[in-house]
Amino acid sequence: MDLLRFTTSGSVDDGKSTLIGRLLYDSESIFIDQLQALQRASRHRGNEQLDLALITDGLRAEREQGITIDVAYKYFSTPKRKFIIADTPGHIQYTRNMITGASTANLAIILVDARQGVVEQTLRHTIIATMLQIPHLVLCINKMDLVGYSEDRFYEIVHLYQDAIRKLQVKDVYYIPISALHGDNVVYKSDRMPWYTGKPLLTYLEEVPVTHDINQAIARFPVQYVIRPQDEAYHDYRGYAGKIISGGFHQGQAVTVWPSGLHSTIERIEYAQQPLSHAHAPQSVVMLLKDELDISRGDMITPADQPPVLTQDFTATICWMDNAPLKTGDKLLLQHGPAVVRCIIKHIEYKIDINTFSHQDAGGSLQLNDVARVRIRTAKPVAVDPYTVNRANGSAILIHETSFNTVGACMIEA
Amino acid sequence: MSKVKYDFDYLDYLESEAIHILREVAGQFERPALLFSGGKDSITLVHLALKAFRPGKFPFPLVHIDTGHNFPEVLQFRDALVNRIEERLIVRKVEDTIQQKNLEPPKGKLASRNFLQAYTLLDTIEEFEFDACIGGARRDEEKARAKERIFSVRNEFGEWDPRLQRPELWNIYNGKIHKGENVRVFPISNWTELDVWHYILRENIQLPAIYYAHTRKCLVYEGQLVAVSPHIQIDPDDVIVEKSVRFRTVGDMNCTAAIESQAHTTEEIIQEILQSKISERGATRIDDKFSEAAMEDRKKAGYF
Repeated sequence: MDLLRFTTSGSVDDGKSTLIGRLLYDSESIFIDQLQALQRASRHRGNEQLDLALITDGLRAEREQGITIDVAYKYFSTPKRKFIIADTPGHIQYTRNMITGASTANLAIILVDARQGVVEQTLRHTIIATMLQIPHLVLCINKMDLVGYSEDRFYEIVHLYQDAIRKLQVKDVYYIPISALHGDNVVYKSDRMPWYTGKPLLTYLEEVPVTHDINQAIARFPVQYVIRPQDEAYHDYRGYAGKIISGGFHQGQAVTVWPSGLHSTIERIEYAQQPLSHAHAPQSVVMLLKDELDISRGDMITPADQPPVLTQDFTATICWMDNAPLKTGDKLLLQHGPAVVRCIIKHIEYKIDINTFSHQDAGGSLQLNDVARVRIRTAKPVAVDPYTVNRANGSAILIHETSFNTVGACMIEA
Repeated sequence: MSKVKYDFDYLDYLESEAIHILREVAGQFERPALLFSGGKDSITLVHLALKAFRPGKFPFPLVHIDTGHNFPEVLQFRDALVNRIEERLIVRKVEDTIQQKNLEPPKGKLASRNFLQAYTLLDTIEEFEFDACIGGARRDEEKARAKERIFSVRNEFGEWDPRLQRPELWNIYNGKIHKGENVRVFPISNWTELDVWHYILRENIQLPAIYYAHTRKCLVYEGQLVAVSPHIQIDPDDVIVEKSVRFRTVGDMNCTAAIESQAHTTEEIIQEILQSKISERGATRIDDKFSEAAMEDRKKAGYF
């Protein structure tokens, strides 16, 4: 059985939590005790109907305010597939949490309120999903019950959205009119919208091909940890432990170690101490090389004929996630897989206006939730690939040097 | 390059992710620990650590925060496991914390020491200067857990602040902290109860006998079955029954209820869970029902 990771986003009150509640409820993925707790909580709030949104809003403050503050992960499965949902906040001040949920997703659901149509957050979430290279988008036009299940209104929004995203490289969008509150076109096809000939949401989620965002052509193995047993039986054992983040390796392959550029050959690949002739992403393995090289955490092993881009100067699209602004010349830490290096923001080339997708002068600084293209210089070379080619080796995070907070998401253009 | 059939299913995916997370702990922290309760989730963690670090030793000790209300079968299992894998075990007892800190031990019929575990845990973290504690918590267990990052930063009081969580992007885990802070790491965050059981079946992982159906004397308390032990108070009008039961979770004996079951094998347990309409915690944890945010409140106070 395969696994689909998806994220949900949308503006506040578009009904994301209700939609997830509905998906879980109608697919019978909610246990009786959880349902009873939900009924108690709904009654406690004076709601006549079961408030499905309470399933995901797990924090006290979220329940009090009726908004989602942070990502909630939910799990369910049908006979066809397993799902991991990242339910992300729509509130503008929590955009960084939306990126957290979306960074590991294969598919993004963007909710629109049928009465409001396409709003700023719809486009912000679309640009973030596109920027993160999420392979599939689903635009769920929710609250169709409040617009009389109108076909005209549905197509009006679809056309507005298509116009708005024309400038973006959006790969694959599916449009579904739903009512999360009443369950129309969520798990079951709605009788109230006979004009809609597409699939209900769950059917689409079950059938969409899981386009793995793993690049299986380019092999990359960042070293996380060196295994050196201190005993007689394994006296000369030196195993490089890590996860193959893209592509595959095989025994006897000629490899290069970065950033040193030293060459060797794969003597053995082990998985749980069993030898493997081949190993592929996303397997976590141990590699042993023929030559004794100086290799430590943060180094990267690649096939000799597939070098990465070894660079100290690169361009990246970043999303700034800190309350304090980012300024040209700021020094930060860049964490790229297990490698951590100091870096400096050399130049903020432009900000991306999320309504028009046009480029704007940033005036040398970025505010919370700004998306921008910047030039970065690192203190030591890093072995990267462009994010558009290899998501796993083109992504990095920015860390504040003294607070240690994660303050930026970084998609490297190389 | 020769083509090989490459079938990577969701259990392989979850396993690989967990091993990656364990190795990040080994790579990023100076003094990590693996919190080991003797339950199926922490036993699964140990199994994953064997895959992550052998033929080397674990780069961390196993740490058991002992409530003193243990199932004897679990303690026997713990010691046998530690012997077999030849790793370090540190045990710190809630009982000792109660004495040292002059804490008020809980009273009443089912005096659970669950919430007192946080004190012992925080003291143990201080004693050994642990900078990271690996735990077997899963996001499907409880609604507050569903909100937690894989690397969850706790302040010097051990508190979790859900509003100040670090963004966690891709598979990049930021474990940088200030002295005194601590990171709780949850490698099996994305596993469900069923995933754990499917994995136990696939990997043939041994568990304490109490997970499988056995005959036991139980007290019927508000519709739940609580194992009869020296730790609970039995009153004259209490109803004691003897039934075929098993446990879905293992914790403090007094707040972990048994379920009626005839499941003697892992396959039978999987079938039983598939048919169950009640969640793991709903069926078994008495302490979560105190309020809508019981777990959130315990976590904010430093609980796992």
